[in-house]
Amino acid sequence: MMEPFPRLRSVAVPFARDNIDTDQILPARFLHLARDADHGACLFRDLRYHADGSEVEDFPLNRPAWRAGRIALGGENFACGSSRENAVWAMHGHGFRAVIAPSFGDIFAQNGLKNGLLPVRLPAETVAMMIAQAEAMPEGEVTVDLEAQTVTAADGTIHPFEVDPFARKCLLEGIDEMSFTLSHHEDIAAFERRLGRENF
Amino acid sequence: MNPEPRTMFEKVWDRHRVLEREDGQTLLYVDRHLLHDGTAPAFEMLKARGQKMRAPGRTFATPDHYMPTDTRIAAEIPDPALREMVLSLERNAAAEGFALYGLDDPRQGIVHVVGPELGLSQPGMIIVCGDSHTSTHGALGALAFGIGMTEVAHVLATQCLWQRKPKTMRIAIEGALGAGVTAKDVILHVIATIGTAGATGHVIEYAGSAVRGLSMEGRLTLCNMTIEAGARAGMVAPDETTFAFLEGRENVPTGAAWDAAVARWRSLASDPGAVFDRFVELDAATIAPTVTWGTSPQEAVAVDSRVPDPAAAPSPGRRAEMEEMLAYMGLSPGQLLAEVAVDRVFIGSCTNGRIEDLRAAAGVARGRQVAEGVTAWVVPGSAQVKRQAEAEGLDRIFREAGFAWREAGCSMCLGTNGEIGRPGERIASTSNRNFRGRQGPGVRTHLMNPAMAAAAAVTGRITDVRRLMEAG
Repeated sequence: MMEPFPRLRSVAVPFARDNIDTDQILPARFLHLARDADHGACLFRDLRYHADGSEVEDFPLNRPAWRAGRIALGGENFACGSSRENAVWAMHGHGFRAVIAPSFGDIFAQNGLKNGLLPVRLPAETVAMMIAQAEAMPEGEVTVDLEAQTVTAADGTIHPFEVDPFARKCLLEGIDEMSFTLSHHEDIAAFERRLGRENF
Repeated sequence: MNPEPRTMFEKVWDRHRVLEREDGQTLLYVDRHLLHDGTAPAFEMLKARGQKMRAPGRTFATPDHYMPTDTRIAAEIPDPALREMVLSLERNAAAEGFALYGLDDPRQGIVHVVGPELGLSQPGMIIVCGDSHTSTHGALGALAFGIGMTEVAHVLATQCLWQRKPKTMRIAIEGALGAGVTAKDVILHVIATIGTAGATGHVIEYAGSAVRGLSMEGRLTLCNMTIEAGARAGMVAPDETTFAFLEGRENVPTGAAWDAAVARWRSLASDPGAVFDRFVELDAATIAPTVTWGTSPQEAVAVDSRVPDPAAAPSPGRRAEMEEMLAYMGLSPGQLLAEVAVDRVFIGSCTNGRIEDLRAAAGVARGRQVAEGVTAWVVPGSAQVKRQAEAEGLDRIFREAGFAWREAGCSMCLGTNGEIGRPGERIASTSNRNFRGRQGPGVRTHLMNPAMAAAAAVTGRITDVRRLMEAG
């Protein structure tokens, strides 16, 4: 079971590039790690650390103000590419609970909703403004309120966002989709009987 | 009254609707669930809930991601963590009773090569797999898309999946493809044209005379990289090419059932007047053999071009992005791509690991030698492709030219089995993603078609294969 989604207030960590792919978020050589392994330690591994293991100083996750950030800011098409849910586990494991971006890789956004990592779509100009604010004021805090479906930027401006009502309910109450679907067992069985009759 | 004209996608979608949810999502029934050796966490999720699989008879598995391509014996995998990925798939298959084409099975291979090859993937089906390149199977007129691990667990337990209905996009490619231009060049050109997020939220239907003229292998390549344009799924309407490809394959109906199936499949094509949300039209004649220069599949240009100049970028953000890519790739603005030396060549993957791909590469390798200092691998997409290539003598051509001839698997496409390049190495690759570090930390990837990759192997640099073809 997932933990119920909290009202989030945190510094916002900017990853200010378009088309950041899930191979960057979690490199393929960590894909075999067990679900309960420390995926957070592998987050952005090859951008965050030099080959010798030392930190890349100016990478956002290594900036002192942003180390404990729970909200990420991204560019267009954030987390495109591979379907690896491990990319979500890495962001969640590191402590992120929401990513605000103009658009997302489809599969990543779905994976996020099922793992307590909320994808928040805001207009590109709003996200660009929030990234500029984060860079100007690294300690400025952002609020993501899933109940109210609003983001409060560091400058206090409020921005509404859309989210699937069912996913929102699952996140807020910490329930998962599988239980809901299993409760519709009879509908699925009826469909299977029809399928058998139509022979396809 | 005539029913509303529907697209092929809508026909497949409508037929699989189990029920609708208040928020507008639809529960879809899954005909085929394909599994690979990265699926262990989904079975853990199932066990944690005390659930069994709902429909093991609709589930088919084969190890591809974690198996080294120099051995077929799991016990020989040196890394115990990787070995465990392969073994856990075997244990789950035994416990749950689904079909497994294991390492010792003549049907093993990359799951997206095996599905069509065994006739498991058929027109009109919904096919899912925990891998983004599941879009491949849409080439047969199926609705096929990649899903995450939690969704895999959901399908294991319910044989269904919740989806919001995507939008539709029709990409028509008209005219004849030029010499040396393949489906790989077409899809790289499409991605370069519409962008890596150009089709996000859409299902693409590929149409037009150039698509109709593609072989089944070519259509599989085209649909395979649809995810690189942001779309979850790509489809091609089934036609005589599709039926000829499927007839006689292991899991395809025979006799009267085959005739009935073909009749049903013929009715899948989009109705005249069906409405798509977006249209794109491309002229096949403008497509050249294409190669990527950057770290996203959209950064693709004709092989006879120069490396683009960030100074000409339309925005400061784009300029910074291009500069980062060139720095990573070790390229200079204005440099001729066809002068760039390569260290390795990888021919294979679910994009270009089928028999036609190997024939094209062998055609270039025949009578030539891999350039000094270049390591060149051919990794067949499946054990069946490997056997067929050997029957045709392609393995001998490759070996004599100095290529390594390996066992089937994903291999260097993503390197989860440990097969990666060294930092700084440059790879001419027939795979699907040139992301930073995709083929190993610090490795530089140039995507291209199989004949171009073979040409790079024998010349030691990125090469316009048309020049070699002229030379004969």
